[in-house]
Amino acid sequence: MRVVIAEDVTLLRDGLTRLLEAFDFEVVEAVDNGPALLPALLRHRPDVAVVDVRLPPSYTDEGLKAAIAARIEIPGLPVLVLSQHVEPLYARELLTDRAGGVGYLLKERISDVEQFVDTVGQVAAGGTAFDPEVVAQLLARREPLAGLTARERDVLRHVAEGRSNGAVAARLFITEKVVSKHINSIFAKLGMPPSDDDNRRVLAVLMYLGA
Amino acid sequence: MTFRDRAHIGMSASADGLFAIGLALLNPAVLAFWLVGLVFSPVPVLGPELLAVTTTVVRWRADLERRLSTRAGVPIGRPYRPAPEGADVGSRRWLRWIVRDPATWRDTAWLVPGALVALTLGLLTVALAAYGLAGALLLPLWLFLGGAWFGYGVFWPTANVAQGWLALPQGLLIVSFGLAVATSTRSIRMRFARLFLAPTRSAELRLRVAHLTMTRADAIDAQAAELRRIERDLHDGAQARMVSVGMTIGLAERLVRRDPTAALKLLAEARAASTSALVELRHLVRGIHPPVLAERGLEGAVRALAMSLPVRTAVTSHLPGRLDTPVESAAYFAVAEALTNLSRHSNARSAWVALRHVDGWLRVEVGDDGDGGADPGRGTGLHGIERRLDAFDGTMAVSSPPGGPTVVTMELPCVLSSPRT
Repeated sequence: MRVVIAEDVTLLRDGLTRLLEAFDFEVVEAVDNGPALLPALLRHRPDVAVVDVRLPPSYTDEGLKAAIAARIEIPGLPVLVLSQHVEPLYARELLTDRAGGVGYLLKERISDVEQFVDTVGQVAAGGTAFDPEVVAQLLARREPLAGLTARERDVLRHVAEGRSNGAVAARLFITEKVVSKHINSIFAKLGMPPSDDDNRRVLAVLMYLGA
Repeated sequence: MTFRDRAHIGMSASADGLFAIGLALLNPAVLAFWLVGLVFSPVPVLGPELLAVTTTVVRWRADLERRLSTRAGVPIGRPYRPAPEGADVGSRRWLRWIVRDPATWRDTAWLVPGALVALTLGLLTVALAAYGLAGALLLPLWLFLGGAWFGYGVFWPTANVAQGWLALPQGLLIVSFGLAVATSTRSIRMRFARLFLAPTRSAELRLRVAHLTMTRADAIDAQAAELRRIERDLHDGAQARMVSVGMTIGLAERLVRRDPTAALKLLAEARAASTSALVELRHLVRGIHPPVLAERGLEGAVRALAMSLPVRTAVTSHLPGRLDTPVESAAYFAVAEALTNLSRHSNARSAWVALRHVDGWLRVEVGDDGDGGADPGRGTGLHGIERRLDAFDGTMAVSSPPGGPTVVTMELPCVLSSPRT
């Protein structure tokens, strides 16, 4: 699988490259600044891009802007955005094109190497993966969710983070059937149309939460 | 401005003129009282006490004039030097403070000329209005019909009934002229008062220095406390955790050949500790300078903040460029404080934030539809905002009638950097 990496700190850039190559990804280019990112993405059309939000020269949100711009040129280009902090505002911007293949994680999640590599694969496959911290912030401010049971809130949280029914079942130690029962109940309570497709479902949930 | 507005302003200015006559009559008495106090001030014990009372009366009279002027649109600041610390009223030091403050003498110097100006202009205004009213009410006509010798305006004396009737249009003309002149005479009176009662240039500079000294001390205190807090948080938090991470990894190194399972367990522990160190660092960084503020500027950071609130909050912004970093940071934390207050106390269902930049001032409004009754004198939150803005010569105003809505308006002088690209 071909990857483009954008990260300005050498230590992290080399670490990411080494890590992904150890899991049989092919790092086609690793850029260290914002202006080089968009051309690199358009030239290589990678299977997935791993992008730091804050890049030189301005050290603002150049990585995020480049990622969004690239997804306008190449709709659905899989992008996993990394940052030292997460903002629901940025999550919303990543989701506005309503296409899958987006991820938004705290950088520290890289330390759980296997799960991180799983997430990269999931995003590359057109899935959606959001950091538990973003989801927690989104859940915290929605009062209508008070109507859900504690278990349903757990399920909703995992769904919003981008997990499939099977993954949710494994996390919560319940069967997939029970998970889909919970999901139907959640969708009914929140007044959202039911959806079987995992990706569409995640997007619907995140949109509902206001990301 | 409509005719109604003009008439209204003219009438209130005329009423002010009448009021000023009354106050002017008070001035000689105030001056006499003060002079008596001054003459008797060398008398032990009683003298200084008397001077204290008389000076208070003079300052009360001058302050009243300043307040009236400020309300009518000619702002006059208080010029007095701050009272010496720890000096008892009536003590020698206190006496020296009163006598050496030029503002004391300027106040007394104003009393009589100010009264003369107010009397002359006030009587002129009132007389014009009264004469015009007499004509408009057709008083000359009744007097003519009653056989009394009388004249009005250009007809003097009134020769026939028609001329009596003509008093009406003349009267109306004179009344409207009187109302138009009233605003000018009021403004002349107040400008004259300003000559005496406003701080002199040196007094203004002295007041400014006093203000700057205070706000600088506040700012330095706040900054020192902030650095101390950051140091403590780093020392007890992230730093301590990193030490333990290093120790755990060291242990794992020693164990890796003998007991690989235990070494693995230690490594997992080290990773968990590094993660919690990062969580702590993230919270700390957010408190120092929120990353979203650095990345998106004030507008983006306030939008991100609004998204995290339980109250639905709309953000409108008309900022054509980025603000200076310190101003941006101060404004952000002020808005954050206002929004925290709002979601804690107001019971609001919706709120709004408006950011604007007008004539070199950043103007921020935070409003809600909640209970109202917010009082900056009581809560520490609003007072904290005031202190924060003070360091930048910024101001805060709160409008919060019981029952709401509450609007907090904050203004900061600042320049914009080049427009965003």
